[in-house]
Amino acid sequence: MTITLNGDPFTLAPGATITDLLARLDIDPRSVAVERNFVVIKRDRYADTPIAEGDQIEIVNFVGGG
Amino acid sequence: MDRLVIAGREFSSRLIIGTGKYPTHQVMQQAHDASGADMVTVAVRRVNISDRTKESLLDYIDAQRYFLLPNTAACYTADDAIRTARLGREVGLSHWVKLEVIGDEKTLFPDNEALLEATRVLVKEGFVVLPYTNDDPVMCRKLEEAGAAAVMPLGAPIGSGLGIQNPNNIRIIKEQAKVPVIVDAGVGTASDATFAMELGADAVLMNTAIALAQDPVAMARAMRLGVEAGRLAFRAGRIPRKPYASASSPLEGVIGPMRG
Repeated sequence: MTITLNGDPFTLAPGATITDLLARLDIDPRSVAVERNFVVIKRDRYADTPIAEGDQIEIVNFVGGG
Repeated sequence: MDRLVIAGREFSSRLIIGTGKYPTHQVMQQAHDASGADMVTVAVRRVNISDRTKESLLDYIDAQRYFLLPNTAACYTADDAIRTARLGREVGLSHWVKLEVIGDEKTLFPDNEALLEATRVLVKEGFVVLPYTNDDPVMCRKLEEAGAAAVMPLGAPIGSGLGIQNPNNIRIIKEQAKVPVIVDAGVGTASDATFAMELGADAVLMNTAIALAQDPVAMARAMRLGVEAGRLAFRAGRIPRKPYASASSPLEGVIGPMRG
């Protein structure tokens, strides 16, 4: 299935969860926050939040800023 | 120096600094150390999915030593600022936010209408909101009434180094505020920070003045001293300004003038 990940198209297997996606990207879940369709997903829900076709996912972390 | 208290949390430093624009992460780390700050701001941005080799900012910030304050920089709507604040809370497990809703790309001045709306929403969600605003005492009062934990009037545009453009307004804001007043943005050098503190500001927040100084670590130390000097001077009670002289040495016992 195709989703939009950080503004770009991305393909992943149907039924993948947020945990699966982060693992696939080799991202430590503790260092990021995830938004699915403009809603922040709590870290303890990553494993049971499935991703659907057409979803808009944002994965963010802290960077330098003022 | 007396401690700074924001939303019931104590800070020993009245200097808050940013983590952006440093030449390297190592210099940033040294500057933070030299500044004596105990709170630093961070931005919330997309993880670079394709390039995972970049260093992580948090590798250079000891989260036990520094309190991390996420910002909502580059948000131009209340909705985006609210989303960013919620994401920042989820990354850092802190419910504090430096709330910015920008109204103009060139000046980076705040969109106060949207800022007030976002403040109300986030306060309701339990955030400790520190809103970046301009030097408008009416706006600061509204933000405080909306539940902001502090108000953060700018001294001058972000990164401009122009110093405190409207000192009388900053003074008025402090006079009426019941929450801490943090001058945020526009500081250029140590005397600007001292001036802000002498006006009664509770703290100063800066990034560019340190990060882009020729010697950021030296400037960080200068800012630390500047903020302390300003706070001490404020608490010491300065003399009034007078239009004419008033001699410091006594007039009695002056030796006779030579004549002829």
